[in-house]
Amino acid sequence: MTLRSMPMSARIGLAGILLVFACAIFAPVIAPYDESAIVGEVWAPMGGDFLLGTDNLGRDLLSRLIYGARATLFVALSATVISFSIGMFLSFTAVVSGGVVDQLLSRLNDLLMSVPALILALVVLAVLPQNIWILIVVMAVIDSTRVYRVGRAVALDVSVMDFVEAAWLRGEGKLWIIFREILPNTLAPLLGEFGLRFAFSILFLSTLSFLGLGIQPPIADWGGMVKDNKDGIIFGVSASLTPGAAIAFLVVCVNLVVDWLINTTSSLKGARDNA
Amino acid sequence: MTSSLEEPVSSKPLASARQTLLRNSLGQMVVRRILLGFGLLIAASMLIFGGVEALPGDFASTYLGQDATPQAIANIREELDLDRPMTERYLSWLGGIAQGDFGTSWSNRNSVGDQIWKRLGNSLLLAGVAALIAIPLALALGMVAVLYRNRIPDKVISILSLAAISLPEFFIGYLLIQFFTVQLGVASFPATVYDGMGLGERLATIALPVMTLVIVVLAHMMRMTRSAIMNVMSSPYVETAELKGLSALRIIAEHAAPNAIAPVVTVIALNLAALVVGVVVVEVVFVYPGIGQYMVDAVTMRDMPVVQGCGLIFAALYIVLNMVADIVSILANPRLRHPR
Repeated sequence: MTLRSMPMSARIGLAGILLVFACAIFAPVIAPYDESAIVGEVWAPMGGDFLLGTDNLGRDLLSRLIYGARATLFVALSATVISFSIGMFLSFTAVVSGGVVDQLLSRLNDLLMSVPALILALVVLAVLPQNIWILIVVMAVIDSTRVYRVGRAVALDVSVMDFVEAAWLRGEGKLWIIFREILPNTLAPLLGEFGLRFAFSILFLSTLSFLGLGIQPPIADWGGMVKDNKDGIIFGVSASLTPGAAIAFLVVCVNLVVDWLINTTSSLKGARDNA
Repeated sequence: MTSSLEEPVSSKPLASARQTLLRNSLGQMVVRRILLGFGLLIAASMLIFGGVEALPGDFASTYLGQDATPQAIANIREELDLDRPMTERYLSWLGGIAQGDFGTSWSNRNSVGDQIWKRLGNSLLLAGVAALIAIPLALALGMVAVLYRNRIPDKVISILSLAAISLPEFFIGYLLIQFFTVQLGVASFPATVYDGMGLGERLATIALPVMTLVIVVLAHMMRMTRSAIMNVMSSPYVETAELKGLSALRIIAEHAAPNAIAPVVTVIALNLAALVVGVVVVEVVFVYPGIGQYMVDAVTMRDMPVVQGCGLIFAALYIVLNMVADIVSILANPRLRHPR
C-alpha cells in the first residue's frame, strides 16, 4: 500500500480529497470575500467579480463554497471518527466478552438498525435542540450501528486465532485482548470501511442540511447552500447546482480511494480473479 | 408403538413423516422470522415513542416558546396529555394506531391518520413505479456487467454507477429539473398531484421524481446484483463448467443463475427498503404531497404526533421489506434452513 502502487483512479481521488482539505484549512486566505458578507445583487451570473456568481442573498458563492468545505468536512469527519470509536469498541467488547454482553449489544444494535437511518435521525432531531455538537453525536450514534455490525464480524474472525488464544492463556485482561491483539489485526480491513462510512456521512449530513435539520445558517455548508438556492432553479439559476456538484466531487474522490483500499486489503485473502 | 413402524419394509410412512417434519421446520423458521419481525416492530414503536420521551427537552415549553408562564405550560401539558405517565400514553398511542387513529396534529389540530393514509398512497405510487422500472433494468445491467467482466461495458457501467452512488439524491433531482424542465421544457415542476387527477396525467407529473429515484436505487441495486452473481461465478462448480468448455451464456443461465436467485432477491428487497426511505428527499425536492414531505415539515415544526406516526409507518415498511428478503432467502437457499 504505497503511493507508487496506487492506480490512477485512486491518485485522482486522493488529490481531490487533499484539495478539499486544503480549501477547508486555508479558507480565509483563498476565499475572495467573507463567508457571510453581502457583496452583490441576488443571484448574479457567473463571471466578472464573482467567479461562480452570488447566492440568494447576494453573497459570493465561491467564498461560501470554500468556507462550506470547513463545516461539511469537520462535521462529517468528527461524526465518522466518533461512530468508529463507539462501534469498534462495543463490537470488540461484545466479541471478547461473549455470552450475555454479546447478545445484549447485538440485539440492541438490531433494534437501532431496524429503523432506517434517515427516519431515526428525523425523529430524534425533532426533539433535540439544534446544535452542531448534538448533530455530530446523533449522526455518530446512528452510524455506529453499521460499524458495529462489520466490526463484530471482523473481530470474530480474529478472536479465534491462535495468538489470541495464547494471550488468553497468558492471563491477559479483556482490554489487552481488545487493544493489543484484535485491534491491530483488524485495522486493515476496517480502513476501507472507514472510507465508506466517511462518504456516507458526507451524504447524510448534506441530506440533513438540505432538509433544514443539519448545520444551521449563517454557517455555510454545502447541503444547506443547495437548500438556500433551490428556489432559483426554475429561473435557470445554477447556484444550487454548484454546491451539489462539490458534494458529488468529494464523495466520488472518497469512493475512488475506498475502492482501491478494499481491493488491496481483500486481495490478501486470495480470492479468485473477481474485482 | 405399533409394530408396522419398526418393520423395514414399510419405510414409506417413515419417509413421509420425515418430510412433514422437514416442511414443519421450514414452516417454523418462516413463522419464527415473522414473529421476529413483529417483535422488532413493537420494539421500534417503543424506540420511536419512548426514545423521544427520554431525550432532554420539554415538549410543552418547546411548544409555547421561551417566554411562557408556568401556568400556560401546565395547561398545555394537560391539554396534550403530557401529565399522564409515559407507559399509559404509549399504550393508548399504540392502541389508537391499531385502530388507524394516529392522534391529532399539534400544529393544526387535524387528524394525523387521515393525512397519512392520503399521502401514503402518493408515496407508494412514486416508489412503486420507480421499482417497476429499476428492478428489471438493474438485473439486466448486472448480468451484462458479469458477462463482460473487466471489459469495456463492465468498466463503463461500474464508473457510471460509482458516480451515481456518489451523487446526493437532491442533486440528481435538481440536475434533472435543470435539464428537462428549464432547458428542454418537457417535464413539469413542481410535481403537484391532486385528487381528481387521471392516472396518465399523474404518471406524467411524477416522471422526474420517478427518474430521480430510479437513478438513486439503480446504481446500488446493480452493483449488488453484479457482486452477488460474481460471487457465484467464482465458485468451484462454475469453474468446472468453464473447464468443460460450456459457453458463457449457458454457464450463467444454467449453473450460476439458479444459485444467485436468493442473493439477488435479497438485493431487490433491501433496495426496495432503501427506495421507501429515498422517497423522503425526492418528495421535498419536487414538492410532492407524500408522507416524506409531511414528516419533514412536521420535524421543522416539532409536531411530535405527526413525526412519530410517519416514523412508525416508515419503520414498518422497512421492517416488513427486510423480513420478506429474509423469508425469500430461507425458501430459496436450503443451506439456510439448517443454521449451525
